[in-house]
Amino acid sequence: MSVASKNDKIVNEKIVENATCTFCGCCCDDITLTVDMDKKVITKAKDACVLGKSWFLNHVIEDKPIARIAGKEVPLDDAIDEAANILMEAKFPILYGMSDTICEAQRHCAPIMDDCGGTIDTTTSVCHGPSGMAFQGVGEPTMTLGEVKNRADFVMYWGGNPAEAHPRHFARYAVTPEGMYTPNGKDDRTVVIVDIRHTKTAGVADIFLQLTPGKDFELLWMLRAACKGFEIPEDCKEICGVDKEVVEDLFQKMKNCTYGVIFFGMGLTMTRGRHFNSGALMALATDLNEFTHFVAKPARGHGNVTGADNVVSWQTGYPFGVNFSRGHPRFNPGEFTTVDTLSRKEADAALIIASDPVANFPKPAIDHITSDKCKLISIDTKNTPTSEAAHVSIQTSTYGINTGGTVYRMDDVPISLRPAFDSPFPSDLEVLTKLRKKVNELSKKANRPYSTKKYM
Amino acid sequence: MNNEIRIKNGIVFDPTNGIEGKVGDIFIKDGKIVSKVSESAQVIDAKGMAVMPGGVDIHCHITGPKVNLARKLMPEDHRLDPHFKTPNTQSGSGGIVPSTFATGYRYATLGYTTAMEAAVPPLTARHALEEMYDTPIIDNGFYVLLANNLFLQSLIAEGRNEEFKEAVAWWLNATKAYTVKLVNPGGDEPWKGHKNLNVKDIDDKSKVVDLSPRKVIESFIDAVHELGLPHPPHIHCNNLGHSGNYDTTIETMKTAGDRRLHVAHIQFNSYAGELGKSPKSASKEITDYVNDHENITCDVGQVMFGKAMFMTADAPLTYLLRGYKKEKWVNADTECESGCGILPFDYQGMVYTHALQWAIGLEIFLLSKDPWRIVLSTDHPNGGSFQNYPMVMKLLMDYEFRKEAMKHLNQKAMNSTILGELKREYTLNEICIITRAGPAKCLGLKDKGHLGVGADADITIYDMLDDKEEMFNAPRYVMKAGQLLIANHEFISDYTDKKVLRVAPEYDRDIEKVIKPFFDDFYSVQFANYPIDDEYLHGTGVVIETKKKKSIHENK
Repeated sequence: MSVASKNDKIVNEKIVENATCTFCGCCCDDITLTVDMDKKVITKAKDACVLGKSWFLNHVIEDKPIARIAGKEVPLDDAIDEAANILMEAKFPILYGMSDTICEAQRHCAPIMDDCGGTIDTTTSVCHGPSGMAFQGVGEPTMTLGEVKNRADFVMYWGGNPAEAHPRHFARYAVTPEGMYTPNGKDDRTVVIVDIRHTKTAGVADIFLQLTPGKDFELLWMLRAACKGFEIPEDCKEICGVDKEVVEDLFQKMKNCTYGVIFFGMGLTMTRGRHFNSGALMALATDLNEFTHFVAKPARGHGNVTGADNVVSWQTGYPFGVNFSRGHPRFNPGEFTTVDTLSRKEADAALIIASDPVANFPKPAIDHITSDKCKLISIDTKNTPTSEAAHVSIQTSTYGINTGGTVYRMDDVPISLRPAFDSPFPSDLEVLTKLRKKVNELSKKANRPYSTKKYM
Repeated sequence: MNNEIRIKNGIVFDPTNGIEGKVGDIFIKDGKIVSKVSESAQVIDAKGMAVMPGGVDIHCHITGPKVNLARKLMPEDHRLDPHFKTPNTQSGSGGIVPSTFATGYRYATLGYTTAMEAAVPPLTARHALEEMYDTPIIDNGFYVLLANNLFLQSLIAEGRNEEFKEAVAWWLNATKAYTVKLVNPGGDEPWKGHKNLNVKDIDDKSKVVDLSPRKVIESFIDAVHELGLPHPPHIHCNNLGHSGNYDTTIETMKTAGDRRLHVAHIQFNSYAGELGKSPKSASKEITDYVNDHENITCDVGQVMFGKAMFMTADAPLTYLLRGYKKEKWVNADTECESGCGILPFDYQGMVYTHALQWAIGLEIFLLSKDPWRIVLSTDHPNGGSFQNYPMVMKLLMDYEFRKEAMKHLNQKAMNSTILGELKREYTLNEICIITRAGPAKCLGLKDKGHLGVGADADITIYDMLDDKEEMFNAPRYVMKAGQLLIANHEFISDYTDKKVLRVAPEYDRDIEKVIKPFFDDFYSVQFANYPIDDEYLHGTGVVIETKKKKSIHENK
């Protein structure tokens, strides 16, 4: 994979210890990077998983313009001015993404939208948004990952495939590590996988429950009922595809463990039921605290999507889907979430930061964001379909490889990054700091009554 | 730009310097109070107005991981209390746990300019610092949770006192904290590792290591004393919230001997009665002890009716309270270090316990003899929002108002207290002590809480109104580090150059070799990635001096 051939002798070598991989939400901070400072490539990423190796070793400084307007190379400041003007003139500007950049940069996003009366949304709205909403409804008993390593004797994964999506989750945090009260690693734990199909993850399971698709809520609710003393129904198999005896046995194991944990993924949050599913699972974990210590945790995907949730929450009070058009934050998923504002053709300007909706969104949303009705601004580290379609496109350096800063691991633990080598591209932080300043100037100049709005 | 200001003819309250409502001028230059300014200084005419130092909140929960979880938990509450954008300030959400921007602005609109976050787990202290940077105007610092730290407990259990002290110093440095916070010492391990149990008594031995809460408390008091921190350990006692807990509180204070200790939200620890039954007031027993012991300082944790949010590292207590209404509940365990419980709550005047808690808080204020050692707090948001402070001040200053309020509350509770007989009314000077001069002194902040030459020019100017709630709710002018932020009740500028207050006691670097193996085995982050860089202070960290003292164990 490495760009440098193995036989080349590296003259100017640098070792970065305790580097953090920001590819997924595990944010493993124990990677040792070997960097060829002449060629500006990472040649080794010791202890990284297959995804992490690919993240580090394939990173090269590409030869491309920093800033483009309508495809033409321009100075960075021109692109920022253009972006600021577009955002200020728009009737319904939106900002979306943020999950693959540092918190320091994310901190500028809500103030930008505050000044131009727009809408801010993160990639949470298309992954664990339902979990965020469920959290608002029922709360959540939860923990940092080290607690799982030290204490958990019952570990369950529901609707996720960490073996392929979070490869080191098992070894570093949840299944095999030898912790304070789990000195024998996996032998001290019961591992349960609930999924609709037998994935690679299911291979580690002591118990694998293959659920009828779309029946997550039903099984969760049966377990909740069991907590309250109800019997598992006779027709359990017909309802959710799992034998009654298996569910009964599972419930006993959950009840009798010392420290139980459920990790859940988008297999739960993005199937029929959505926030009802996440809510049922969090409520189940809460119920089980009547018998023992029990916790739950969404297994988050992107390197700093958890940071985006945190930053937007502390600045506005809400985690995603926040609109400022009335001069204060309003939260309404479905109304202010990006897929919806685009599909309904409401947004007339979109600032996309470190994400790629043009490649991933439903067709009506893509059609609108790429149309001339919506001016697209992209700030990204790589060329993506979004950056290629953008009217203003700014290339930035990559967090965790070229720039430092803070990311939040999936369990809300903040970690400081240790970059490997410099990049000729500006950082997200630099670009967004400038953009915020420019937008703020324009908004003061426009002297709009501050609680007006263009869109009601 | 001229950065000199003269506040003319104000009624100055500066208890630290013995000035009690005397008409005079205050001069400001370069963010500090000076003895004179030039003719060209900006003049603020404060004739007939009360001039006080900016308020200092010694105990609140406004930044950090648990605060943010509570924020996320309450969209329905934010929705009812939007905080609008103005040309000079950013928008936010209010409610019982406001967003960071709203928190800073709202503290300022009460005339408060410093607020200390009372509980942050070391592992997530970066988060608290990040939020502080986004909390405008007010200076912050935080207390780091160490009492349930398993590594430190193991050092205590093995009698390794010197190493323990060094490790405490290491942790304070690594997290950029202001002092040590002890919450329900010994309670986390039974909660997390033994199916949600709790310690029952200060002498109850923990099931994991052979260690009583008393021993933990004693060890921290020793260590903090020897490190010479400006503020002593800040303790949330065992058995908080339980009937009959005042014994535990007094035993905790006795453990300190003649060394300093700050008992946080003492109202919650002043209950008589039988465990599991309705509480009774033990304000007399508690204030008697505090009055007689000058080494003890406390903040009250006054309960105010309406919305509140339990937000504490005392996770078992929160779960117990959840049992009443089965409200949405958050528990968050931090590996090797801490627990956390969050629960929305509603204090109601007609409920016996809530009304009694309200009365006990006021009794403690009124029975305490030394205003310098009792600080106004609501343990925001546990006893109610900090936005209730003006109302608390009015309750303390107005006996008739108190009597009237009591009529509308649970009468069984009112009749069981002596509140109705306490005719004391706080003076403006005493209010200035319990909200400004006193907390600054308790914290060892020499530049805050007073208006003497050299102090930070954090100043509030109130109109003299008969209704003290109204008066303290809307200062006419608020100044932070010599910059005028609020003039005629309106924000005229934003202030983001706020400071993080912290300590940096010296320690022996070799202690890292003792700590590291524990990290390698039991933490999920690398030891090297755990200490927080100075970058997180954004150049605004202020190190408060520590004075190392001789080891107590050498003397013994």
